[in-house]
Amino acid sequence: MAPIFAYIAHQSGVPDDSALELAAAAKKIDAATPATAIVTGWGPELDAVCASLSTSYGQIWKIAHEALAYPNAELVRQALAGVLPPGCIVLVPHAHFGMDLAPGLSIKLNSAFVSDAVGIEGIDGATLKLVRQEFGGQVSAHVRCDISSGAVINVRPGAFKPIESAGAGGLVIDKSSAVGPLASHRRYLETVVAASGDVDISKEDVLVSIGRGIQEQDNVAIAQELADAMGAVVSCSRPVVDAKWMPKSRQVGSSGQTVKPKVYMACGISGSFQHLAGLKGNPFIVAINKNPKAPIFQVADVGIVADILEFLPELTNKLRAA
Amino acid sequence: MDILVCARRVPDTSENEIALNAAGNDIERDDLVYSINEPDNYAVEEALQLVDKAGGEVTVVTVGGEDDEEILRREMAMGAQHGVLISDDAFQGSDGKGIATVLSAFVKKGHYDLILTGVQAEDGGAQVGGMMAAMLDYPFASVVNSIEVVDGGKLKIGREIAGGNKEMHEIDLPCVLSIQTGINEPRYVGMRGIRQVASATVPTFSAADLGIDAAAVGAAAAKVKRVDYFVPTLGKGAEMLQGGQEEVIGQLVELLKAKGGLK
Repeated sequence: MAPIFAYIAHQSGVPDDSALELAAAAKKIDAATPATAIVTGWGPELDAVCASLSTSYGQIWKIAHEALAYPNAELVRQALAGVLPPGCIVLVPHAHFGMDLAPGLSIKLNSAFVSDAVGIEGIDGATLKLVRQEFGGQVSAHVRCDISSGAVINVRPGAFKPIESAGAGGLVIDKSSAVGPLASHRRYLETVVAASGDVDISKEDVLVSIGRGIQEQDNVAIAQELADAMGAVVSCSRPVVDAKWMPKSRQVGSSGQTVKPKVYMACGISGSFQHLAGLKGNPFIVAINKNPKAPIFQVADVGIVADILEFLPELTNKLRAA
Repeated sequence: MDILVCARRVPDTSENEIALNAAGNDIERDDLVYSINEPDNYAVEEALQLVDKAGGEVTVVTVGGEDDEEILRREMAMGAQHGVLISDDAFQGSDGKGIATVLSAFVKKGHYDLILTGVQAEDGGAQVGGMMAAMLDYPFASVVNSIEVVDGGKLKIGREIAGGNKEMHEIDLPCVLSIQTGINEPRYVGMRGIRQVASATVPTFSAADLGIDAAAVGAAAAKVKRVDYFVPTLGKGAEMLQGGQEEVIGQLVELLKAKGGLK
């Protein structure tokens, strides 16, 4: 069996939640092949990450380099391509850094690449059996990957239940000297923190959230009127921000705000995983969508198949009359 | 600055409900409405705005068949100077690496300062741009949501990271960038614009034209294959409120009251 590596994302000396999820994903590939964590970075933060991984991984490869102190997947790719053995399987979290790093890494390692895996069904000879989602989660696909020359697998954050292998033993192996000189045609400058908006949706108890189903900017008023009648605030999904109908500060999702309301009204929102990733604290979810197959109905508590442009004004009228 | 945008024609999820076919081995493709992959359209708009400022031309390329030519004409109606179709039976069944191999061969035939892709396709996985960059040894950045020309040889770009934050980088040309939706407001294309480019020539390139080894692409070379589609059952699903609209609203108001949804 090919060795399995898990690329560990981290920030401020703390491993990302995906670190334990990748350990779980590795077990699904082959329970008998313990995965090795591979961590890149610099200084005391890197050492802190390695130390905290020792309860969940038996072996941790540490790659320390001053140039790796800043987020630049171009340099990390070079470093990994220099130390990973041919034919290995590399698991990478499918977030913004993994999207930067992994497709090119598969080319440099001359291995196969599977993006955004949500399930792993095991190995059959030289074939790894996986599950992906397509079309915004409306359908799933069984995927077969030939791993005879290795594979880079991007794993969706949150798709695997994290595991800690108690007493994994965590041996840290310093591989820094195996990395040659690192040079890149891309230079990290700075991280610009999002401007805060007029309303902090992360602190609201009741959200009327709108998606593509709102159809045009003028219709946002329909949601605002309902929110006013409920004493709630309007939030939205990504397509509404892309269309410039609402400011970015109102967006719920992995690339927007993380919210934890008591009640969440998902109106004309299909329910992509990026959107749901921003919804925490187990709220009571009401989904209103005209597509009965919308993925949002799988996670909502209560569902209503209706056109929000007709349904929301009627609900508003009812509440105003009460 | 000469810019190449790699685009794809995909089933439009804002126009279609995607469902399984009767055999369960594919999605139901009858009556599907196809359009350009949404992030690719943002990439074309970004390219047009960049050449407006810096000069140069925009070429839109796709790998596919005759049906895919319609998106090239649509993007030419938006303002792209050239559309190119790369088509060959040898490309059938290619995985992401196969498509990246084809596009890289096309890039090597020309002189492009900048190559753009959409951040991901509806049925794909955010892979072709990063693979092309690695094959060409060009720098790459994904999930790009702002581009500024610094001088002739460099760009200052923003990448969308978690929480609405933005990671700024400087990147040397030539490079490959994957473009996130929302980076701009793509211009409207009317029927009149489409008619104006109806007779424009769209050159077609085959595997042989690009010097591509047929064994490196297509189904035989694909290490990643989709076997079938299915609809998973996740959790217990929502309790669907039934009845007439009046009745449904009545039930919903009671539930909202009980759960603290009304103030």
